Amino acid sequence: MAEFEPKIAAFLCNWCAYAGADLAGVSRLQYPPNMRTVRVMCSGRIDPLFIIKAFKEGCDGALVAG
Amino acid sequence: MHTLSEVTDIQGEEGNFTVSIKKSARYVDMEKCIACGACEEKCPAKTADEFNEAISKRKAAYIPYAQAVPLKYVIDPERCIYLKKGKCGACLKYCPTDAIDFDQKQETLNLNVGAVIATAGYKPFDPSSLDNYQHAKLPNVMTSMEFERILSASGPTGGHVLRPSDEQEPTKIAWLQCVGSRDLNRCDNEYCSSVCCMYAIKEALIAKEHIGEQFEATVFFMDMRTHGKEFEKYYNRAKDEGVRFIRSKVHSITQADDSGTLALEYASDEGQRNIEQFDMVVLSVGMEPSDQAIDLAQTLDIELNDYNFVKTDDTAPVNTSRPGIYVAGVMQGCKDIPQAVMEASAAACRAGISLSDHRGTMVKDKVFPKELEVIDQDARVGVFVCNCGVNIGGIADVPAIAEYARTLPNVAYVEENLFSCSQDTQEKMVEVIKEQNLNRVVVAACTPRTHEPLFQETIRNAGVNAYLFEMANIRNQCTWVHSKSKADATEKAKDLVRMAVSRASLLEPIPDLSVDVDKSALVVGGGVAGMTAALSLADQGFPTTIVEKSSELGGSAKDVHQTWSGRDVPPFLTDLVDQVEKHTDVKVLLDSEVVGASGFVGNFETQVKNGKGEVTVKHGATIIATGGQAYEPDEYLFGQSPCVTKWHDLENDPAKLKDAQSVVFIQCVGSRDDQRPYCSRICCTGSVLQAIQIKKQSPDKDVFVLYRDIRTYAEREVLYKQARQLGVIFIRYTLDRKPVVKEAGDGLEIQVFDPILQKEVIISADLLNLATAIVPSDNSQLAELYKLPVNEENFFMEAHAKLRPVDFASDGIFVCGLAHFPKSLDESIAQALAASSRAATVLAKANIQISPLVSQVDAETCIGCGLCASVCPFGAIEVEEVEGKGYRAKNIPASCKGCGLCASSCPKKAIDMLHFKDEQIVASVCAIA
Repeated sequence: MAEFEPKIAAFLCNWCAYAGADLAGVSRLQYPPNMRTVRVMCSGRIDPLFIIKAFKEGCDGALVAG
Repeated sequence: MHTLSEVTDIQGEEGNFTVSIKKSARYVDMEKCIACGACEEKCPAKTADEFNEAISKRKAAYIPYAQAVPLKYVIDPERCIYLKKGKCGACLKYCPTDAIDFDQKQETLNLNVGAVIATAGYKPFDPSSLDNYQHAKLPNVMTSMEFERILSASGPTGGHVLRPSDEQEPTKIAWLQCVGSRDLNRCDNEYCSSVCCMYAIKEALIAKEHIGEQFEATVFFMDMRTHGKEFEKYYNRAKDEGVRFIRSKVHSITQADDSGTLALEYASDEGQRNIEQFDMVVLSVGMEPSDQAIDLAQTLDIELNDYNFVKTDDTAPVNTSRPGIYVAGVMQGCKDIPQAVMEASAAACRAGISLSDHRGTMVKDKVFPKELEVIDQDARVGVFVCNCGVNIGGIADVPAIAEYARTLPNVAYVEENLFSCSQDTQEKMVEVIKEQNLNRVVVAACTPRTHEPLFQETIRNAGVNAYLFEMANIRNQCTWVHSKSKADATEKAKDLVRMAVSRASLLEPIPDLSVDVDKSALVVGGGVAGMTAALSLADQGFPTTIVEKSSELGGSAKDVHQTWSGRDVPPFLTDLVDQVEKHTDVKVLLDSEVVGASGFVGNFETQVKNGKGEVTVKHGATIIATGGQAYEPDEYLFGQSPCVTKWHDLENDPAKLKDAQSVVFIQCVGSRDDQRPYCSRICCTGSVLQAIQIKKQSPDKDVFVLYRDIRTYAEREVLYKQARQLGVIFIRYTLDRKPVVKEAGDGLEIQVFDPILQKEVIISADLLNLATAIVPSDNSQLAELYKLPVNEENFFMEAHAKLRPVDFASDGIFVCGLAHFPKSLDESIAQALAASSRAATVLAKANIQISPLVSQVDAETCIGCGLCASVCPFGAIEVEEVEGKGYRAKNIPASCKGCGLCASSCPKKAIDMLHFKDEQIVASVCAIA
């Protein structure tokens, strides 16, 4: 059986965390490929229901960064 | 923008200059370069990296630094092997877009312009001539600029603080202040550089963050000059966090041992000779006019002052000696970033006034084809997968991603591109969208933060609404960060494309949103800042109303005799008031107060009340210039003894002064204490100026200044020196040992501990003048009406201390003068011009395009609870009464920033965000796994 690889829903604020994730790319920083970004205009946009939805649909983790 | 360019000549006059420019070859075609870095990787030629202060190397093909604008490569002709010897050409071979062009030649351009703004900056002082500090010889003696690079995460050590001699982490670092500043002995810079105290504190605190608790920072200084807004609190924080501040000029630095540890010799306050060891020393070097700035000034034929900074007048702080040429930043004199940014806007304001007749005459509007209707049509998604040369294609399996995209629901068309952003691909994309009847477009490429606007314009050219577009970020957030696992990167890219397609299928067209602009302004406050702002707006053709609380214009400048550089204030003020009163586009409401305000950028309505009743003023922009005043203390016998006065009261009573033999000034009265933990910035210069006047008129009078740190920043330092030369006696006191003032006969007896003599001194004084804190006017009502933030001391808070120093976070409202923070007259004028320039950016347009990604309220579902209005940080949602229904939320699109706080807070789900609707976000989420 393949090793468990979690999928993480990452809700990133366009103005800071998303820009940070872009900069990580520009700087060629390497990190595990488990994160799937959902871009939002502010972390304040995150309705807790989005996170519940992510888990319900099969995500193993959620990250809100802003 | 012309980079690699120098001005070689200027002809003509204000309104019609011809500027000759020498533009050196970049050897890179800016249109083609995608900044992928292939040239740099393959380039074999290395040289010292100037941006990293030569601590590291760079290639001959390089980007000067990561944030460079434009983000395009450049080839250094002095280092390039091909350009020097005709061999190599590796970059030429490996560039995926054929952007390298060794045939580029130096060009000469002639630009016809109406105004010129000079901002050529400065150079840091080179300490290699100071043999006692041995910067050139001892590796662990660094300049602050070098240390700044060591601290930077993008610097040569990746932000790890390592000392050069043995690459060990230092635990003890000393900062030496005033290296190349306030010094005529070992260099020619008698002025204060104004910024070094703050940056030294910053470097000390950041070094502590990087190294950890065991780190010991020591700052050797003469006077700590933290005179900027919120700076004193930062200084206090550094002291609380254990940074040691020693008031002493270090005599010499020598090497203490073979590892590179340094020995510093200095005298303590008590006169004790100390030798202390440090792992490293940072020299806080000052600022000097750069050679290029001096050359530019000569080319532009503008006058320089004694220190080779551009000469200006305090009442016109950005005007050079030549009409039509303006200056901003350190080219004019030492200053920090907020002040430089303010001056930049001020210079733009002056240029704007000069050119106001021509405003908008060279603007061409872009016309897009009519948009296709997409409502009620099934989604037809086109997916364009970009290789980005090898940036994506070299890591992820682009054909597999494209193949996968074809299997996704609603996808009607898939294409792979070498570079999706290239001009030819863009043109082709427009054709494909039309041919294939695509009504949604997904580009899987780099980041929407840089490329979404480009692709949105492309699809608009194909008649598709800009918001029917989505990007999948498969480069910055995929191949670049998972370059070691091609399979993982490919799988993640497929997921990201699936999420993007899923979301794209539900996107809706959103029409442009614009609001009409009322092309007039309201200025609250009729002091120098308010009047300057109003006049400069009126001079650009924008009618302006000044609301002044008192019965006359002038504000606190009415008490001021002269500026720090010696300009007489009363004639200037009379002239300014006269100009305001005579200007047909300036209306003045005296004895008036703002009692109500509503509206948003471009469309404010303000209720002004005065003796005659209440009037409503409609205006497109608002400038707050409510000023401040000197605080009235309850110490040092103020208000009890006729001998004790404050600020200008002394110089305004010449008869009293004439009879006095001994005059004492006490500084920091009510400033820099627990109640007001800020420096009032202008009091040291103010008292020193008065002391000079007294000594000049009557050299036999005894004048004393009791101070904590003398903060005669920038060229004001020369006044401090002049005062000492004239015999003014400066005695330092500390907050825990304040001077004691007693009445003695007709005069006063002032007792203070002199740290040089190490003794209590008693001064018999005839007069005592107090430099009391500058406090803002009572702004509470205004702050509430316009929903403006204030800091702990009730000064208005700008949107960003450095980058937006005159803007409020709310659009269309600006601040200037003492309402923002204590400042000198020239600084107030510069800030007023800056506020006016920023206001003009709103008023110059017939309407303002605003982001249509705003909240939307469903009035049927809304229960009027008001939670949305209370959480909105921008006042963009109001609760209004609807007849027969109670209260309902109402959005104000012009004020909305699209954050969505209201939507996620609404208990009834009655609010949704355009382009970030619940169902659109959920569609992405559901497509993750």
